[in-house]
Amino acid sequence: MSPSSSLHLAVALDGTGWHPASWREPVARPRDLFTAGYWADLVAEAERGLLDFVTLEDGLGLQSSHYGELDGRTDQVRGRLDAVLIASRIAPLTRHIGLVPTVIATHTEPFHISKAIATLDYVSTGRAGLRVQISPRPHEAAHFGRRTFPPLSLAELQTPAGQERLTDLFDEAADHVEVVRRLWDSWEDDAEIRDAATGRFIDRDKLHYIDFEGKHFSVKGPSITPRPPQGQPLVTALGHQTVPYRLIARQADVGYVTPHDAEQARAIVAEIRAEQGAAGRAGELLHVFGDLVVFLDEDPAAAAARRDRLDALAGEPYTSDALVFTGTPAQLADLLGEFQAAGLTGFRLRPAVAGHDLPAITRGLVPELQRRGVFRAAYEADTLRGLLGLARPANRYAAASA
Amino acid sequence: MSKPLKQIHLAAHFPGVNNTTVWSDPEAGSHIEFSSFAHFARTAERAKFDFLFLAEGLRLREQGGKIYDLDVVGRPDTFTILAALAAVTEHLGLTGTINSTFNEPYEVARQFASLDHLSGGRSAWNVVTSWDAFTGENFRRGGFLPQEERYSRAKEFLATTQELFDSWQGDEILADQASGVFLRDAKAGSFVHTGQHFGIYGQFNVPRSPQGRPVVFQAGDSEEGREFAASSADAIFSRYATLKEGQAFYTDVKNRLAKYGRRQDQLLILPAASFALADTDAEAEELARIVRRQQVSGATAIKHLEFVWNRDLSAYDPEGPLPDIDPDVSDNHISKGRAQVRMYRDPLATAREWRELAEANKWSIRDLVINTGNRQNFIGSPRTIARTINEYVQADASDGFILVPHITPTGLDAFADQVVPLLQEQGVFRTDYEGPTLRHHLGLAHPDDVEDEQRAAS
Repeated sequence: MSPSSSLHLAVALDGTGWHPASWREPVARPRDLFTAGYWADLVAEAERGLLDFVTLEDGLGLQSSHYGELDGRTDQVRGRLDAVLIASRIAPLTRHIGLVPTVIATHTEPFHISKAIATLDYVSTGRAGLRVQISPRPHEAAHFGRRTFPPLSLAELQTPAGQERLTDLFDEAADHVEVVRRLWDSWEDDAEIRDAATGRFIDRDKLHYIDFEGKHFSVKGPSITPRPPQGQPLVTALGHQTVPYRLIARQADVGYVTPHDAEQARAIVAEIRAEQGAAGRAGELLHVFGDLVVFLDEDPAAAAARRDRLDALAGEPYTSDALVFTGTPAQLADLLGEFQAAGLTGFRLRPAVAGHDLPAITRGLVPELQRRGVFRAAYEADTLRGLLGLARPANRYAAASA
Repeated sequence: MSKPLKQIHLAAHFPGVNNTTVWSDPEAGSHIEFSSFAHFARTAERAKFDFLFLAEGLRLREQGGKIYDLDVVGRPDTFTILAALAAVTEHLGLTGTINSTFNEPYEVARQFASLDHLSGGRSAWNVVTSWDAFTGENFRRGGFLPQEERYSRAKEFLATTQELFDSWQGDEILADQASGVFLRDAKAGSFVHTGQHFGIYGQFNVPRSPQGRPVVFQAGDSEEGREFAASSADAIFSRYATLKEGQAFYTDVKNRLAKYGRRQDQLLILPAASFALADTDAEAEELARIVRRQQVSGATAIKHLEFVWNRDLSAYDPEGPLPDIDPDVSDNHISKGRAQVRMYRDPLATAREWRELAEANKWSIRDLVINTGNRQNFIGSPRTIARTINEYVQADASDGFILVPHITPTGLDAFADQVVPLLQEQGVFRTDYEGPTLRHHLGLAHPDDVEDEQRAAS
């Protein structure tokens, strides 16, 4: 089933913005990156714009301009805080916007991730999600010392051996999400009974062992944290090819994809919908969001000049896996309309400069979309799932025992 | 000349998964909703407490192969809840219990350094260790750790995280927009650790946090635990909240510091303590009695006896006499995931002692458990409790207490409003926070200053 309601909008927050020279803009506040206030201000701005959610990038190693190794550069932002903790720190300061931190499935424990995101859901009263990511990077594996990964480049990932490696890591990520989701369901909603007459705090028949056995780990359960407010917080993932599309189709509520034109968007959506059917989820609402990097200004020449200025500072033209859009909010609204017609149900915009392009989204693009009648004028639901039109799922174990 | 008055340290333990917590009281609220944690933390901060403390358990407890259902069950994720509490408090320290067995040093260091940044220097880590396969069934590692290796792993885990915290000096981020230099040093965060339990290397990706390192708590009571604390911790979470036992523990542990080149004020001793507070001493005694009966229902009493007997005793009447049969001393414990099991090291002797006590006092099973179990440490009017706490601290039974109320989340309110002002009047407890970080509250130096001091001394 594909959704047909109005357009959904998320913003991806990463440091001072997605352009590597973004930190040099006067609005960038690079010295505040490791403070709560910096993130609180960005998320408050996103909430002012009625966006569905923000995602927070993360990683287990220093940022690098190379995919598979550190670059030793000192002219770009390096270092970051744990994304789940940033999201949680911000949650009590916001009321409506969804909070979707990145988690790395490759080196973390699904048991810890499950209770962390469940807790984020409690702390935000139903606005939590996660963006699951893998890491094939040898230097990040060395931080854990439990597995060694051979060196790699983006080109190598396209070879059959590289694809096999990716498939294995994505299979592990799929297991990770499966465990996380089972743990969220491992308590039925009404398991806490506080029955003073019998002295029982819980009805233990409503708690369930998940008994997961997989190639990389096994997990017994149940969770130590009761089922979160949304039942199942939002699961999201980014994909650029068939292997990750399969993870999206099997396990995600929102997939992020990177088409560069409407035709590509149509093809990607078709592939994901086919995988979704193959995974037996044809009847479920699965959002497919387009990712775009944006340079937004009221004057298109100003946006282009800004991009050129940042490229000059960086010493090279900015490139991305996603389409890089440079122009006005009205032009972007046109493009989003074309992509939406091709089957995308929403967008995750990556502000090139967080301090500039995020306000341009909330104060320029959002009013433009509202004028066109394709974006909300007020938050209309209390939970992130609600904002996205996703029902609160039934508990798989309750259904099984009923 | 008399000793100068010691300043008391107070902390608040969020009530939780144990039978101290009375969930059946009409005033008892949620143990999971954030509003409960926020209320509790704000009360502790209003009372100028040093920190809030969270316990942890990574698998639900079981008895006789079934999930234990008589106490509060369920709790949130420690790091996540502490980060959120940083948003609703300004000064309160945020102490989390984090297991060194089912985590990795790189990840825990990232989380604590992040929490320290996001709270402006208020994070603390209660390092605990676990080895049991029961808990391990929830984790990739499984139950791999032999019991005798748990402290060696914990010590190496802690040392490794300290290396990661220290891998940034604190001045690497220049972020000079004009020159385009973000990092002063391309090698910032470099680390190599090669040891028995961990072999890791690379570059840590969280810059140095306001406290340099989070404050470290340790909770073990064994010989090894005491040495570990004396060598590596800033504070001990002890269980000796009586005067004599407290003094013995205090003296023992403080005397171990010298051999690690540490001063006595570099390790605080903070027992967990419960209390029953009412307008008068007599009313408090009555409240304490009622609370103890709420804490130990008949069913709870039977389950408690099973920790020692290691047998199914469900057929016994809690209002009747103790079992005639002896405890099962095999290693296959009926209770899983509970610290109490290890408290009774000689079950046969405990059973014998309990039978004698019960017979002499004509106690039922429930009476026995109520009378031998955890009595409230401080019982009385605000004046009595304030006086007693101060006496204990001045007599070196502790440096303060981590208070565990029996009700969530309002169990601390009366203490904050009635006892704290009396301690402030006596000049033994702060009337306001003197600095922004938890190290300030605890009177602990910043690690960089300690190193400077050591360099100057050598």
